[in-house]
Amino acid sequence: MENIKMTARRDFLKATAAVGGGLSLGFYLPGASKVAEAQAATHSPNAWIKIGTDNSVTIMCARSEMGQDVYTSLAMLIAEELEVDVNKVKVEFAPPAEAYINALLGGQITGGSTSVRDAWEKLRKAGASARMMLVGAAAAQWNVDAAQCKAVGGAVTGPGGKRATYGQLAESASKMEVPKDVPLKPNAEWKQIGNMKQKRLDTPAKVAATATFGIDVRVPDMLYAAVAMPPMIGGTVASYDDERAKNMPGVKAVVQYSRGVAVVADSYWQAKKAKDLLEISWNEGPNANNDMRKVWGGMRDAAAQPGAVFREHGDADGALGSVAKLYEATYELPFLSHSPMEPMNTVAHVRADGATIITPTQFQQLVPFVVAGATGLKPEQINVITTFLGGGFGRRVEVDYTIDAAEISKAVGAPVKMVWSREDDMTHDSYRPGGIYKVKMGVDAAGKLVAYRYHGTSPSISSRLFPSIVKDGIDPFSVEAIDNFPYAVPNHKLTYQMFDAGITPGYWRGVSHNQNCYVVEGFIDEVAHALGKDPIQFRIDNLEYSEEKHKWSGLSAGQAVGGRMKRVLEDVKAKSGWGAKLPDGKGRGVAVMEGYNTVMAAVVDVTISKNYDVTVDKVTYSVDAGPLIHPDQAAAQVESSTIFGQSAALYGEITVKNGGVEQMNFDQYRVVRMNEAPKSIAIHWIPAAKDQPPGGLGEPATAVVTAAIGNAIFSASGIRVRRLPFSPENIKAFADPRHTMKPTNL
Amino acid sequence: MAISFNLNGKQAMADVAPDTPLLWVLRDTLGMTGTKFGCGKALCGACTVHLNGQAVRSCQTPIGSVAGQKVTTIEGLAANHPVKKAWVALDVPQCGYCQPGQMMQASALLANNKSPSDADIDAWMSGNICRCGTYPRIRAAIKAAAKA
Repeated sequence: MENIKMTARRDFLKATAAVGGGLSLGFYLPGASKVAEAQAATHSPNAWIKIGTDNSVTIMCARSEMGQDVYTSLAMLIAEELEVDVNKVKVEFAPPAEAYINALLGGQITGGSTSVRDAWEKLRKAGASARMMLVGAAAAQWNVDAAQCKAVGGAVTGPGGKRATYGQLAESASKMEVPKDVPLKPNAEWKQIGNMKQKRLDTPAKVAATATFGIDVRVPDMLYAAVAMPPMIGGTVASYDDERAKNMPGVKAVVQYSRGVAVVADSYWQAKKAKDLLEISWNEGPNANNDMRKVWGGMRDAAAQPGAVFREHGDADGALGSVAKLYEATYELPFLSHSPMEPMNTVAHVRADGATIITPTQFQQLVPFVVAGATGLKPEQINVITTFLGGGFGRRVEVDYTIDAAEISKAVGAPVKMVWSREDDMTHDSYRPGGIYKVKMGVDAAGKLVAYRYHGTSPSISSRLFPSIVKDGIDPFSVEAIDNFPYAVPNHKLTYQMFDAGITPGYWRGVSHNQNCYVVEGFIDEVAHALGKDPIQFRIDNLEYSEEKHKWSGLSAGQAVGGRMKRVLEDVKAKSGWGAKLPDGKGRGVAVMEGYNTVMAAVVDVTISKNYDVTVDKVTYSVDAGPLIHPDQAAAQVESSTIFGQSAALYGEITVKNGGVEQMNFDQYRVVRMNEAPKSIAIHWIPAAKDQPPGGLGEPATAVVTAAIGNAIFSASGIRVRRLPFSPENIKAFADPRHTMKPTNL
Repeated sequence: MAISFNLNGKQAMADVAPDTPLLWVLRDTLGMTGTKFGCGKALCGACTVHLNGQAVRSCQTPIGSVAGQKVTTIEGLAANHPVKKAWVALDVPQCGYCQPGQMMQASALLANNKSPSDADIDAWMSGNICRCGTYPRIRAAIKAAAKA
């Protein structure tokens, strides 16, 4: 990941130039002091903690809360070392600032299952450092050695029954020198980290419905904007007639902005009704005639290209020409929408001397740059406030909607809340790229794996968003869960070919783990069955047990983790009822993956009907994710990503016609509902090894469950479905005997 | 012409076009943003409120049809309602955006069915989408609330 770290920050400039209209902007380095300046009657030992003279403790949450529990779990890390009860602290979302950059991503970004991983040492040290300063202040005040003082429960105690609260010490503590050597508590002394009973700090507000999402923000004199955007991807406004729209009740203005036409009114409904009366003709742009025939035709042509090698050992192509048995398969995955429940929105107030942007974003640090580009203001004149996010899943890493709102606010000279309809949201998403994946495995006469070939073809997300991390034809976010191919095959060659399909590609929960885990784990399952082996034992027998390093390791462990994989496979085998005979129409499939330094194996039980409808009955996991900070919510993330993955596995598919996305709403883009959710999701955690850091948990199950569902469908039906989603149509298509993989005997 | 109705036990007035959906009257006119906008087509349930005790999608309920009727929103569901208590006890919400609608739908279920089976819950709750996938906890919370 070093290369990403180094370059992503520079890419802000490029990204800004790309989305902000070609402006050249200086880099924004506000420094931690800016955070401190913003505080009045409080004192800050560092950028993360504010202590009021009234003993209030406020912890800054520098990641966006989109359901994944950073609001509580990050606060717990600080509270543990600060020696305060996390249930008594106040949590605030941090503004954009250098201090809050995510070291794993190189920006103040929430994504990549990195929040806890990045925070793990940093926030505990922030808490410990503040505690040491508070203890130091007390010791100085009492004229005793700091070693004689102890911090407990938000106060410092000293010899002779001396006691001072953090509030009493805050002012003098904030003037203490920041300690250089900050030892952390040994695991055995943790009182809060790992607390099974800890509740989410944001639940009461979310149940009372007082938690403020972006769409709930109200500011004085605010107007509402509804927008009309081009129906085709990459289209622009040619001309428009607003005669009827502007005469509708409540309408204040109709304005053109970079991407479309906005109607601004006293209420959203008035704006929306008037917007529907706009008559707009569009410049159709480069994708005007794009449709799925073109997308898949182009993708197939691209897949015939040699691509770029990202991992190679021995002579795979040569070896594949002389193996006893050669297995080949091609997998296809569709485009997908994020579709979080809260449609995109932003409140923007652009004034002559500055702007306030209140927005549900996963990338607050980029917002000042792009809004500066859109308004002519300077980045430092732009105040960004992050709200709760009604789901993110990667969609809100994009800042497009903040630019739109800023342009509209500037045009009308008033604070504006822009709200997208569900249709706007689904048709103007950035989409999980589809792809074609060709794989081959060569096996010798003794049944040993001797050669493996992988060739993936898909749009590159990073080429659009962070071009400089794309090197030598490889996008690190296209080769996750394949650069770390976990099986030991002496000859292997892995290649990637990018292809622009005319459908904006975006980071989607789990990113390329989803494609590659399905391909790797589907194919290894095929080979195991073809060789008559038990799929779990076959995996264990063929794992890579060396400590081979992976060049494009992305956010993964960075090296082979065969031992950890073996352990979760054995554990899930023991706990899932693996091997039991199942009734007709039922099946059980397995998949394993390392992603985000979490190793996870899943066994999925499915039922398949005569009409090829699939029900996911039960999912059993064994997970090695290191220490769990907030165990109940670690489990919640696995439950969540399971069902998110299930939606994609069974139903998800975005298609384009005439250059635009065809699916408009949840009737056309089906997602899992209550009656379809698994009745059981059982998660078994592998205890953390000594000094093992936490792995990421927000995403990996999305990929693993999909592969395991596919393998369970095979187990239930004998049908190997190599195209997602696992819809009745696709399953039926693959029921055709032509699709049964037969080895070429050489 | 102003339309008046009973909102959470109090008289409410809205001077808006009668075809304005109740959802937007609540959110924009009355500033009660607990009721959420998700799809605008009664496909997701995020905007669920009670109209005379029945769960309805406020995005498809014109305010004109609500005149003189009784509306309860998430803000009007008592803080000690068994559904709210169970939602807190089981830490149901993740992003939390769909949860007001889920709780309004669930409380309407429990008002008519004191001990819903899994099949009852499936049938009653399948109109409410949660993209965070909190369904297992919603199911457990409904059962816990039923026992309360």
